[in-house]
Amino acid sequence: MSDEEDDIILSELDDEELVAQMMDDLYDGLKEEIEEGTNILLERGWQPYDVLTKALVAGMTIVGHDFRDGILFVPEVLLAANAMKAGMAILKPLLAETGAPTIGKMVIGTVKGDIHDIGKNLVGMMMEGAGFEVVDIGINNPVENYLGKAAEEKADIIGMSALLTTTMPYMKIVIDEMVAQGIRDDYIVLVGGAPLNEEFGKSIGADAYCRDAAVAVETAKELMARKHNRAHAG
Amino acid sequence: MTTNALSELLSQRDWLLTDGATGTTLFNMGLVSGDAPELWNVEHPDRIRALYQGPVDAGSDLFLTNSFGGTASRLKLHNAQDRVGELNRAAAELGREIADASGRKVVVAGSMGPTGEIMEPMGPLSYDSAVEMFHEQAEALKDGGADVLWVETISAPDEYKAAARAAELAEMPWCGTMSFDTAGRTMMGFTSADLAKMVETLPNPPLAYGANCGVGASDLLRTVLGFQASGSERPIIAKGNAGIPKYVDGHIHYDGTPDLMADYAVLARDSGATIIGGCCGTTTEHLVRMREALETRPRGETPTLDKITQALGGFSSPSDGTDGEGPARRERKGRRRKG
Repeated sequence: MSDEEDDIILSELDDEELVAQMMDDLYDGLKEEIEEGTNILLERGWQPYDVLTKALVAGMTIVGHDFRDGILFVPEVLLAANAMKAGMAILKPLLAETGAPTIGKMVIGTVKGDIHDIGKNLVGMMMEGAGFEVVDIGINNPVENYLGKAAEEKADIIGMSALLTTTMPYMKIVIDEMVAQGIRDDYIVLVGGAPLNEEFGKSIGADAYCRDAAVAVETAKELMARKHNRAHAG
Repeated sequence: MTTNALSELLSQRDWLLTDGATGTTLFNMGLVSGDAPELWNVEHPDRIRALYQGPVDAGSDLFLTNSFGGTASRLKLHNAQDRVGELNRAAAELGREIADASGRKVVVAGSMGPTGEIMEPMGPLSYDSAVEMFHEQAEALKDGGADVLWVETISAPDEYKAAARAAELAEMPWCGTMSFDTAGRTMMGFTSADLAKMVETLPNPPLAYGANCGVGASDLLRTVLGFQASGSERPIIAKGNAGIPKYVDGHIHYDGTPDLMADYAVLARDSGATIIGGCCGTTTEHLVRMREALETRPRGETPTLDKITQALGGFSSPSDGTDGEGPARRERKGRRRKG
């Protein structure tokens, strides 16, 4: 089926064309192409942080928006996220060497009794892509897992996911425990999952409900900025 | 296929009422969020009897067993993966007991919810493992006396197919619904039209198919209209949530009133659904009003989308992907690379 005229040699594209091509490839979840593109940009002397933000994150932002708008669905986003992860795997050690800035640290997990991790994984990958450091504690987490890991990692954000109406109330148990221990205001608490909505997020005392991974990233950035401003003002 | 309790009722009646919520009802009985409802089948059988008795007293023709999370992959969370047989059998046995004592024909439908894992190639779950897990559950529900298997809240087409195969292996009639909760589609992007088409291609098609859970009552009816438009004669199931979840006084409350759900039931029937009921947030109070409405209000014409939103509220997304009006996939700027 190969159509010779359609073949593209990534290394023959100029930077601008290559980045545009990488965004398309990310959108289509083409992992090997993303790895190749990432390596080419690095060979051309790009800073790892620029490859991350200008190619990968910019590309995932488009994916996130189309997910939000009901154009792409979970299978496409998982493929895109896997492609991005492959690019990230190349960049991560380099980012650590160059001391690229991280915007904040998040502990994320699915609540007790709930096995669903698709949404959580997507949020984790998108947050990483946006420059956050993400500590994933997996599924089925009791309150002590969230609070223990958040303290240990000195996290800024606690993210909780639930996909069942039988497990979503557990988020309140976690937040109530934070209040009881007097540490509620030490963290930004974000919640998400299909049966939730904004009002639910508010009523259980979360900082925000995020309807999808793209919104989670935007919300986390905004709340981190506010947290910094408060810290500086105080 | 030989006759069974559900196919008999379907041949005699032009609508059937199912039950409402299982999870939200159990919370009201003291289930703690995060704990496995299925364990109550042996730890608190009286509470499960009460759960089943509710819809029977409200006039439901069919109720689901407390076995939604009864596959090995879900029970594993509670370290009960070795108790699939015991817990599902108990769920069905208690159901059989309540149905047989009702004095009329009530169908015990063995609930089978999603495994919670993602199917290959996106995730780790193979088709064969999914079939195996569903089959294990199906055999236990059959042993316990379920009349039919009731596969629900599925998102991935392959998982639906795996459950169909499990029903075939267990030699049980089955019904299967998906949850259309993402812009009118399942989270995997499957539309109502896709499901209507797929069920007709299955080697072991369901007795009835449809939608459950999802977003609100309006969205669910738009999905039913999508099934109806496919022209299939197969009975359609509509099991929608009683509105939207809210957190009130320490527990989850759904904002759909019994009156709203009564309107929903009648509109569901007008939209082409035969098996009608509720999902999350639907209490016996809702079911009583739904039964009354279905019995007393005459059938109407197929409602327009406008009529549905006027009666039940707006949709969660402008399109459900079946009208060609939805937002389009982004065009590639560059060329696709081959090889």
